[in-house]
Amino acid sequence: MSTSTDHGRPDPDATPSAQSPEGRPLSDRGDTVCVIGAGASGLTAIKNLREHGFGVDCYERETGVGGAWNWRHDRSPVYASTHLLSSKPFTQFPDFPMPDSWPDYPHHSQLLAYFERYADHFDLRSHVWFGTEVIRVEPAEGDRWDVTTRSTGGYGPERTSRYAAVVIANGHNWSPKLPRYEGLEEFRGEIMHASSYKDPAQLRGKRVLVVGAGNTGCDIAVEAAQQASRCWHSTRRGYWYAPKYVLGRPADQVNDALLALRVPLRVRQWLYHWTLRLTVGDLTRFGLPKPDHRVYETHPIANSQLVYYVGHGGIGPVPDLARFRPYAVELADGREIDPDLVIFATGYLPRFEFLDASVFGDSAGTGRPTLWLNAFTPGHPTLAVAGLVQPDSGMFTLAHWQTVLFARLLQARRDRPERAAAFAQRVRDRAGERYSGQVKDSSRHWFEVGHADYLRAVQRALHDLEAK
Amino acid sequence: MTELRIMRGREWSRPVRPARREVLSAVPEVEEGRPPLLFVPGFGHGAWAFAEHWLGHAASRGFPAYALSLRGHGGSEPAPEATLRAYAHDVVQVAAGLPRQAVLVGHGAGALVVAHALARYPARGAVLVAPVFGGWGMLSTAVRRNPAGTLPAVFGGPLRLSRAQLFSRELPDEEARRYVARLGRAGRRAQWALLGEPEAEPAVGAPPVLVLGSPDDRVVPASTLTRIARRYGSAPLLFPGMGHDLMLDARWAEPIDAILDWLEKEPAAR
Ligand SMILES: Cc1cc2nc3c(=O)[nH]c(=O)nc-3n(C[C@H](O)[C@H](O)[C@H](O)COP(=O)(O)OP(=O)(O)OC[C@H]3O[C@@H](n4cnc5c(N)ncnc54)[C@H](O)[C@@H]3O)c2cc1C
Ligand SMILES: NC(=O)c1ccc[n+]([C@@H]2O[C@H](COP(=O)([O-])OP(=O)(O)OC[C@H]3O[C@@H](n4cnc5c(N)ncnc54)[C@H](OP(=O)(O)O)[C@@H]3O)[C@@H](O)[C@H]2O)c1
Repeated sequence: MSTSTDHGRPDPDATPSAQSPEGRPLSDRGDTVCVIGAGASGLTAIKNLREHGFGVDCYERETGVGGAWNWRHDRSPVYASTHLLSSKPFTQFPDFPMPDSWPDYPHHSQLLAYFERYADHFDLRSHVWFGTEVIRVEPAEGDRWDVTTRSTGGYGPERTSRYAAVVIANGHNWSPKLPRYEGLEEFRGEIMHASSYKDPAQLRGKRVLVVGAGNTGCDIAVEAAQQASRCWHSTRRGYWYAPKYVLGRPADQVNDALLALRVPLRVRQWLYHWTLRLTVGDLTRFGLPKPDHRVYETHPIANSQLVYYVGHGGIGPVPDLARFRPYAVELADGREIDPDLVIFATGYLPRFEFLDASVFGDSAGTGRPTLWLNAFTPGHPTLAVAGLVQPDSGMFTLAHWQTVLFARLLQARRDRPERAAAFAQRVRDRAGERYSGQVKDSSRHWFEVGHADYLRAVQRALHDLEAK
Repeated sequence: MTELRIMRGREWSRPVRPARREVLSAVPEVEEGRPPLLFVPGFGHGAWAFAEHWLGHAASRGFPAYALSLRGHGGSEPAPEATLRAYAHDVVQVAAGLPRQAVLVGHGAGALVVAHALARYPARGAVLVAPVFGGWGMLSTAVRRNPAGTLPAVFGGPLRLSRAQLFSRELPDEEARRYVARLGRAGRRAQWALLGEPEAEPAVGAPPVLVLGSPDDRVVPASTLTRIARRYGSAPLLFPGMGHDLMLDARWAEPIDAILDWLEKEPAAR
């Protein structure tokens, strides 16, 4: 039906059958569900909705699938060396395994190949309108939605279609979060956010300061240790730097063996501290700050090389930044360093610019939606968000089950309305629920979930919806 | 059937070890947009059992056809300790590697493997040919019909099916002997699993399922066919006068034609 150059709206018999409140022409798409974005979460939404018998129109602002994992996309946050953090069994969709011939931790190009194969295998592309951006999503009568689109970049006319339901799968790792500092504007060196970092050649021969120790910051610090003439790594707290392999196996597989046995969190934390002590050792001797929290209370870092390069002097740990000067950066401890490139690996913030913030119960405009299961909105039973999670593991399994649950909820609205109503009540009662142990208060943890806690909650929701 | 299971801690923390797999295929000369078929042989058989007749026949009717050998069988890597989960993994790996959503066709205990694979891969449809789902009833039938071939399997030895169990009299002796000589054996852990009649989780994606077999099959009684078909909400298609190995027996063309006719008519499988 569509090719990557097709723009526009999917309705062949595009008879504008109604008008929006403002009098714009509107085409009624009946029972069709609209999916926003064809990244991993959008693709699995299309597949699962189709599998449950729903028609789907997906809009994707780029010209290909894969979202963040498609390095050709201007908003892709991946850099040349990006490999998975979670090993294959945790990362793949639960009903479409990655090939046995791939390594434990595949490369980003393999992830893209995987999503392209997923799209072809289940014939998903024919439901996607590429090069088309969603610019407005507005509630309409009868729990339906008016979705307004136009060609990416703002060309061409706007079109509005009315849908029975909407899945928002626009990703939350593309809009940079940039800290502010005194004197930053006067700084004469180069400054970039990690989202613009693509290739280690950008570091070659430079004096590089990397800010932030999420997984991005740690990866870039390691590459700077290999390529740059000097590398400082600034963190505002101490972290637990965990290796990708422990006891000869991918670390997440060892952890889940304990989770499967329902070993309590405190015991797992103790075991983890102990394993790190045996492998990585005490990091304060390198000048790294002592963690101000227990393992699992910040988003896990999986990086076997960072500690290695700290130990070899390639990475110089430094504290938080205090202020910028034209040719130097002052640190919180009063020291000054003189980088010529500063990379802010300070993470990302979610953005739903097509939606009125009040829909997500965020009238204060903090940018943080209040949802149940990170997916369902009180008062809007036909709206779901897919992929708004940051698990301590791969996220595609979670997005898969979120969209299965949503598809079954839509079926229940048709076949067992009393069940759907009970579900809506649970959404109202439990919006804002968390699915992780205690985490440090930081916007990077807004969507942090423990995969086991989260999936158990989804499983319960499915059973409650469908129990005899 | 058991419930949908989202938490799969054991599968995540103990993934199945990869194994080299043999896949044979016959594809139509012109791609007609039909779904690919993946044939899964039963215990002791390899992909060769489908390469004899069914692969070519399916391709001649426009269906891309593939058959795999489960690990430890045919041309696949030896795997004496293979489990049922490893076999299902092999099927899902090959299915997910095909260009489009596949129809799974399992024969004998391969049908049980398919039933388990269906819980991990949303097949477009499934066909269970003379399905062996295990259990004590089936064991006692097998012991009665072929004690020398069956009893050793209970103690971890190979299961040896006889000519009389597998083929009708119509099949020329020489051909039958050739096939029986090619039979291998399944891993003993997988064989033992058959005793427990291991129940599969529900299929994902609600594929249509066709059950077929022969009332004269000496391994799978007609009552079992009916019971398994009922589980999937249908009645079995029957091919009287044939042995257990419907894909090799003299009138092999009838069941495969019936399968392809069903696929052409079944809207969900198209
Ligand atoms: C460097 C890095 C590494 C990561 N590594 C891992 C990992 O190892 N494992 C893991 O599970 N996760 C990882 N993640 C998290 C990552 O976000 C997810 O893996 C995944 O990409 C999320 O998929 P998504 O479909 O939800 O979002 P995205 O991949 O961001 O896809 C969203 C899609 O929606 C489209 N879109 C957005 N807005 C609109 C609009 N208004 N109209 C139309 N289309 C729109 C975008 O173009 C995009 O294609 C990583 C993230 C980063 C930054
Ligand atoms: N597969 C991979 O290899 C891979 C690679 C990279 C990223 N990822 C994933 O992508 C997601 C985003 O990761 P990310 O590393 O880009 O971001 P992130 O996890 O949000 O980490 C941001 C880092 O910057 C720090 N920071 C934020 N604001 C700051 C400020 N104002 N001043 C000083 N420091 C500040 C944070 O410190 P605090 O802890 O104090 O808030 C944290 O150390 C994560 O889910 C991550 O796992 C995966």
